[in-house]
Amino acid sequence: MTTRMLGAPITRREDPRLLAGQGRYVDDIGAGALEVAFVRSPHAHARIVDIDVTDALDVQGLVAIYTHEDLPGRVGEPLPLLIPHPALTHGRTPCALAKDEVNHVGEPIVMVVATSRYLAEDACDRIRVSFDFDPPVVGIENARDGAQLVHDDVPGNVAAHLVQEVGDAAAAIDAAPNVVELDLDIERSASMPMEGKGVWARWDSDDRSLRVYTSTQASTSVRAAVAAKLGLEADRVEVVAPDVGGGFGVKIVHPWPEEILIPWAALTLGQPVKWTEDRREHFVSSAHERGQLHKVRAGFDDDGRLLGLDVTFWHDNGAYTPYGIIVPIITSTQLLGPYKPGAYRVEFFSLYTNTVPVTPYRGAGRPQGCFTMERTMDAIAQHLGLDRTVVRERNFIQPAEMPFDHGLTFQDGRPLIYDSGDYPASLEKLKKLVGWDEFEQYRTAARAEGRRVGIGLACYVEGTGVGPYEGGFVKVETDGGVVVATGLTTQGQGHQTAFAQVVADELGVPIDKVTVTTGDTRRFKYAVGTFASRAAVMSGNAIAVAARQVREKALRVAGEALEADPRDLEIVDGVVQVKGAPGSSVPLATVAVLSNPLRYAFDEETQRATQFASPADPDRPPVAEGDSPGLEGTGYYSPPRSTFANGMHAVIVETDPDTAEITVLRYCVVHDCGTLINPRIVEGQIHGGVAQGVGGALYERMVYDDAGQLLNASFMDFLMPYSTEVPAVETDHLETPSPLNPLGIKGAGEAGVIPGSAALASAIEDAEGFRITRMPISPSELHHLRVQHELASSAEKGLEA
Amino acid sequence: MTDIPADEPLHEVTVVVNGVPRAAAVPARRLLSDFLRHDLGLTGTHVGCEHGVCGACTVLVDGRPIRSCLQFAVMHDGAQVTTVEGCSSGDGGLGPVQQAFRDCHGLQCGFCTPGFVTTITAYLDENPQPSEDEAREAIAGNLCRCTGYQNIVASVLRAAELRGSTGEVAQ
Repeated sequence: MTTRMLGAPITRREDPRLLAGQGRYVDDIGAGALEVAFVRSPHAHARIVDIDVTDALDVQGLVAIYTHEDLPGRVGEPLPLLIPHPALTHGRTPCALAKDEVNHVGEPIVMVVATSRYLAEDACDRIRVSFDFDPPVVGIENARDGAQLVHDDVPGNVAAHLVQEVGDAAAAIDAAPNVVELDLDIERSASMPMEGKGVWARWDSDDRSLRVYTSTQASTSVRAAVAAKLGLEADRVEVVAPDVGGGFGVKIVHPWPEEILIPWAALTLGQPVKWTEDRREHFVSSAHERGQLHKVRAGFDDDGRLLGLDVTFWHDNGAYTPYGIIVPIITSTQLLGPYKPGAYRVEFFSLYTNTVPVTPYRGAGRPQGCFTMERTMDAIAQHLGLDRTVVRERNFIQPAEMPFDHGLTFQDGRPLIYDSGDYPASLEKLKKLVGWDEFEQYRTAARAEGRRVGIGLACYVEGTGVGPYEGGFVKVETDGGVVVATGLTTQGQGHQTAFAQVVADELGVPIDKVTVTTGDTRRFKYAVGTFASRAAVMSGNAIAVAARQVREKALRVAGEALEADPRDLEIVDGVVQVKGAPGSSVPLATVAVLSNPLRYAFDEETQRATQFASPADPDRPPVAEGDSPGLEGTGYYSPPRSTFANGMHAVIVETDPDTAEITVLRYCVVHDCGTLINPRIVEGQIHGGVAQGVGGALYERMVYDDAGQLLNASFMDFLMPYSTEVPAVETDHLETPSPLNPLGIKGAGEAGVIPGSAALASAIEDAEGFRITRMPISPSELHHLRVQHELASSAEKGLEA
Repeated sequence: MTDIPADEPLHEVTVVVNGVPRAAAVPARRLLSDFLRHDLGLTGTHVGCEHGVCGACTVLVDGRPIRSCLQFAVMHDGAQVTTVEGCSSGDGGLGPVQQAFRDCHGLQCGFCTPGFVTTITAYLDENPQPSEDEAREAIAGNLCRCTGYQNIVASVLRAAELRGSTGEVAQ
């Protein structure tokens, strides 16, 4: 019997290549291409008066200089607004090169093509752009104030305004015996993959086709956008996501200006052209996320049960809205986590600022929502003097209440209905893992040593595997190899391993026979993309559907060859055999040969499929009606709605009484993403998410000054965690399969990052004894909070005296 | 504005990379990272920040780890350079550090990995049997955005074990 691959923690099949230095990332491809550098805006808000390129013309190796007025037709029109929404009444997108005005530092103004990047940058240095300045709008308070406008035709800087309400929240809160109110603040961070963006393009004038390599999370959609912008038939455009050095959301946005400009330049110049983003460019011209201000009112009974919850928040969407309002929609719905909120009202304003656009970063609005809900739970516990886990338990949706309909509309336009999950069991596991009930003893012992420690927790529910669909292609080659393709892309999730595991099981072949290709439009044309923790759910199931088709056909063709009923056959280790009589068998390789009737043989094996090789029914066509040649299948998976994973984190911190340094002593994770394809890969996803959660809670922030300059646009000043900043992560799993898909999978990619700020705020608050409302928090901020609280409490004592 | 002469002078740079003498004529300002990647075609070395912080471009020059994005190629004429491509075993298979990363799931997207492999290779020459704390410290100058470092720390310890068992320990 073949070893079952689904659920096996096997090592990754892509690793030997990547470890040997044989990876192929965009900048590794296409040596000898012309190279591009950009003149980007040094100002946050200005009108372009003049662009003088005279001095640049002398640069050796210069090939071309382009500004907006050089861009023909659709190339020069604003980039697409990818996800329109009725509430997004004032959506704005930039042009590929700035037209007349710039709205954030880093916006591209001039594209220079030269024989090398060094020379292209030399030319950029010699181009002078003169500006008339407008006052920049920086920060949510200034945007909300509306005194200055980012876009003249967007009143109050409001791109979108959306309200969702279930029940009468205001009335429920007013009638509640207890009420808490909170003002909360989460700052900006960014995906910050180790590889920035990059694009290579070549126009083949003989074949009249365009090939584009781009470091993207959505190659099929880049293809559609490039074809539309350049006026080419989509069939003449191939877009490939090669090895991608991390995405975390920022590469789902498309087409980036460069994804249109580089192919256009290649087409125009008739030579291969490439651009590789440098780190500073990535900081100022890609995308950020997270910045939101929340105002919360919660009404609850004396047991801590929510009766009504009213949340208003302001979302900083930066200068443009290419990805619509997906992030605040997710915040507003996923805020609810594993809880029943009673009556719920949520209202948000998505606001323009003169800063880098905001689009999804791993978690995509959930960390902010989780922060708000979990801070509220802690505030309720404090108000009533209850244990924080008790308040959470009392508000949990119970397993028997699944599926649970919140009565809201989720980010996919579909109802927010949780499919499954056992939150009480998850919390029980977490309490045990972290030793929740024993913590007070630990605190007492620590206190005796003069140490200050605290414990915190946070729970989340994550809608994963959003539609509309993904597809999969599975083909058995005549040598017995199995090739698999799916259209969505890979940026480190181990799809070449996980999807091969699915196929190995479904088809009954050894996994080393299976080769998986992702994100290559030459191999699979229809796809949506890799985001929202959807790849395993969507493509995993689509590939399973395709593999089942192949299996069915293999059994049918083999049945004819073996003169057996297909129902009596099984496939074991790549061989079709009669159950219980393995002597009567035919290898899948031979079945593949037989499934494609041939006139011409190309080797000894394929002679078996030629027209004189064996007697055939002269009255039947060689390929039966409704059948097709080849042992292959194409399948699609399109879910009715998202499937909801969940998890809970608990963290123990120590805060230094003198320096206010915050040290994470333990970090515990309980996670439920349904059926696991490869536990080793899922565990790795959690580790990485936790590191980004810790980074977002304690270190990472985008620091803009009032002029709209990003002051920390380098790895020297933007503090991403190194190994010494990330605690050891202890994990435990629950597997509550999703009833929505054949494999029972839920997504796992984003989970680890979601509750980081919430759990750490809870623990720091517990250590310090005063409320934490802003994240990230640095030692100096914690120190200032201590001083404020000491002053406030001594003032209080003075009054009492 | 930098003044660039119309014809930028080229300098012949010869290095022994992974045991093989390689040469190219490059401008004085050509970074060692670009020289390795684009002049010699050794694209295993990656460039993540171009300001010496992320460590993805780490290569060994005469056995010592350096950030190749902060060095000019002309500074290293005549040097012995080891890149990730040279961290393989004698028979061309995965070397002990590479194998350890595979065993421990020490990589996800793989972009930062070459810098970790070279850094750890040099480190284990110095300290063949690190403790877990030492392993964590050894990689504390390299950024990874995918793994949270948990399995990279494990990979350092595993690599030490593999080197010990194959006798590939420092002299």
